[in-house]
Amino acid sequence: MATYQTRFGSLQNFEKGGVEVINDDARNYAFSNLYEVAAAAEPYEKVAVGKNLKYVLEAIRAEGTSPWYTTSHDEAAIVMDGEIEIRLVKLEGKLVAEDHEGTTMLEGTPKGPKMGYIVARRGHMALLPKGAAYQFHAAKPGVILLQTIRGDLTVERWKDICQK
Amino acid sequence: MGDGKAQHSTPNRHGYHAFQIGGFKFERDEYFAHISWPGGNHIMPVDKFLKALMRDVAWNFFYGVVNFDEVFGTTNHYGTVDVFAGLYNGGYRARNKHRMETFRSDEVRPVFEAMLDDWTIEGFDPFAAPEETGTAFGPKRGNNHAAVTRKRVVARRMVGLNDDTPLRGDESGFRVNRHFADVDQTEPEVHAEPGFENEVHAFNFFAYLSRSDVTWNPSITSVVKDSLVCPTTEEFVLPIIHGNDRVEWFVQLSDEIHWDVTDRETGAPRARVVMKAGDVAAMPADIRHQGFSPKRSMLLVWENADSELPELYAKKKLKPNPVDF
Repeated sequence: MATYQTRFGSLQNFEKGGVEVINDDARNYAFSNLYEVAAAAEPYEKVAVGKNLKYVLEAIRAEGTSPWYTTSHDEAAIVMDGEIEIRLVKLEGKLVAEDHEGTTMLEGTPKGPKMGYIVARRGHMALLPKGAAYQFHAAKPGVILLQTIRGDLTVERWKDICQK
Repeated sequence: MGDGKAQHSTPNRHGYHAFQIGGFKFERDEYFAHISWPGGNHIMPVDKFLKALMRDVAWNFFYGVVNFDEVFGTTNHYGTVDVFAGLYNGGYRARNKHRMETFRSDEVRPVFEAMLDDWTIEGFDPFAAPEETGTAFGPKRGNNHAAVTRKRVVARRMVGLNDDTPLRGDESGFRVNRHFADVDQTEPEVHAEPGFENEVHAFNFFAYLSRSDVTWNPSITSVVKDSLVCPTTEEFVLPIIHGNDRVEWFVQLSDEIHWDVTDRETGAPRARVVMKAGDVAAMPADIRHQGFSPKRSMLLVWENADSELPELYAKKKLKPNPVDF
């Protein structure tokens, strides 16, 4: 019976495909690789690798301890490489308006009861719930793919990351 | 609007019923599905037809165009459905040989469901990879009702939350697929303080996908307003050619998929896209695409479910490509 090896990527080891144009412009596909993007990013820089009008998928290089963040809506984090601790605090009062979308960075340590923490590794998905503050911590560099909405912290540098 | 009344026949000599919706008639024999309409007819290998029909039924006609092949398919208008032959085929269109009829979705769906159920024989699973299922060919022999009535997973917030769709495990009948035997099944550490058990939540997303019992069937695992993460496991060939009515995005989570991308309206080749683990690519709103996955792979399909998008793209109020640079 055949055995199969599932190939995942990592910051240290990834292969990249690409767009082979027949009658088109490669830029229409905004083709990038999230490991390559994270490898070139600053810690916790939120670089859009997917954008569908106001919605984004952000590639985040997790390294060390992040600031605290919050949002007016849920977000979902998929750990694509490494081990990442996610610390959660229930915010006392609303620090961002309901209609303010995207991730907001908080100053200092937020006030409120501790909700708990998650230790997530490659392939794990975590909820970053609306109304909570969260902080990432990674002892070694890792990668998060974040499902969120374009916000003040979203970095768009398509020209640098996409196949042309 | 077409005549949506379905007509069923007595079984033919192979044991299969015929079906009709409006001017479109559907019959099967041991090897083929035969589709006819006033002024034309079309033939498809029945395994290919049933695999495409399975997706069309399970996805409730999905986003945009579900091309069963280069000739026959459906277009979803979210309440009504176009059933067509040759509509997105340059040759048919050039000679005005195409046909399209529009029905209410709730008229087409029961006809397609009944046809899928009647034409799928014992041992054939239209959702399975070729190595994991029996043959679709031959005379009528039993059925596979359980396989063709699977429900697509549609999480409301995130899979695994108390009031949401459940995780997969051996105990619920979802075993690790033979191609994913090496995928780590360890769950994340979740330490929730009392009262926050349903908000401090995480699960092994890759393990969840490794236990999918279907191929080419995006299901929803996490939701941020209209942003839907719809992962799927892929093996062999996408049984339909999907014509977009909006931009969608792919994130290759594992292994490799090759995509043939053609013009949405004519099918003329535009590009090939090879995606490996970690690659991210948009599929523009004016293309159709078909995927080829040599090994079972994990693909994250990312959709924007905003119901206004199809009209905005159709009226060219939005550009078909997602970003300019």
